[in-house]
Amino acid sequence: MIDSPNPNGTADANGDAALEAALRGSAAALPHAASPELDRRLAERAAAEGLLDVAYASVDSPVGPLVVAATPRGLVRVAYTGSEADAEVLEELARKVSPRVLEAPARLDDVRRELDEYFEGSRTEFDLPIDWALTHGFTSRVLQATARIAFGSTSTYAGVASEAGSPRAVRAAGNALGSNPIPVVVPCHRVLRTGGAIGGYTGGIERKEYLLRLEGVLI
Amino acid sequence: MKLPPFQALLDEHRVDVYRFCVATAGRAEADDCFQETWIAALRAYPKLRRADNLRAWLMRIAHNKAVDLHRSRNRRPVPVESVPERAVAAPPDLEPDDEPELWEAVRALPPKQRTAVFCRTVLGMPYDELARLLESSEDAARRNVFEGLRTLREGWTP
Repeated sequence: MIDSPNPNGTADANGDAALEAALRGSAAALPHAASPELDRRLAERAAAEGLLDVAYASVDSPVGPLVVAATPRGLVRVAYTGSEADAEVLEELARKVSPRVLEAPARLDDVRRELDEYFEGSRTEFDLPIDWALTHGFTSRVLQATARIAFGSTSTYAGVASEAGSPRAVRAAGNALGSNPIPVVVPCHRVLRTGGAIGGYTGGIERKEYLLRLEGVLI
Repeated sequence: MKLPPFQALLDEHRVDVYRFCVATAGRAEADDCFQETWIAALRAYPKLRRADNLRAWLMRIAHNKAVDLHRSRNRRPVPVESVPERAVAAPPDLEPDDEPELWEAVRALPPKQRTAVFCRTVLGMPYDELARLLESSEDAARRNVFEGLRTLREGWTP
């Protein structure tokens, strides 16, 4: 080996520049993986090997686009979202559940189907396993009480606080509902203020009203 | 340790990884190389200590997978059992016309040189990143690029 290992300082520099340009130019012609089939196979293999900790998908709904995410234990997140909010939802899942987050629509077929049926009016109860990983303590208890409120009926902040074992923690129950990681499926829209005022909602009042109309609570 | 969602990594680097697989493992092995790379990455991901140079980390995995695939292909016996009974058309086009000859020459280089040439010329990877990828010194990384290009130049006319 006689040449100095310095591609920039030799008489060959021009030849190298042309060769590098040819490599760069022709690399653009190399096929690249644009096929959804490859992604699908990757997600399937990841799931089969127990490496798909969080699978997510986008779902269209009458109340706007949703991001839905599931772990092997069940549905862990439903998020109202625009395109910017997606990244935040996924980052939160990576931070709080696992960084092994992959888009895998096929893993959420059941969730998508049940949501479609709910919004079409043909389903009044979700039959989906829930992973409560994003909830803790009192919040978890409030939300699990909320999950038991039937389609078409309502409760109050005081009611769910009481169900969660702390009848006086009405404000804390409100906060817990506001942080519901699984709206629609865990029906926090069915919780109203004592006296019948509609109260707040994570996805905005219009969405809460839409869901309550869908269920026949509001006319 | 704050790691981005794995999907973000896949979205950002899938094209580079796939091209790397085509360029170094060959078109017929590219899908396997791609999948093996991402599965291995997914397996190791949560234990990753640093998130500051994920591209070098990924390309290191792809480099190893491409080397493995080369090795297993060379060792694989000719599958005589699967000879079709009647003559059929030629096997799927493994080296299609749209794949530049130059990349065939790249694949004939020693593994470190072909990885170095791809990462340097196509990805514009800095030498310190390339050194990390190859687990070598920066000088050695430079030398791999240089020697790879020299070999390619010998059989190449602009």
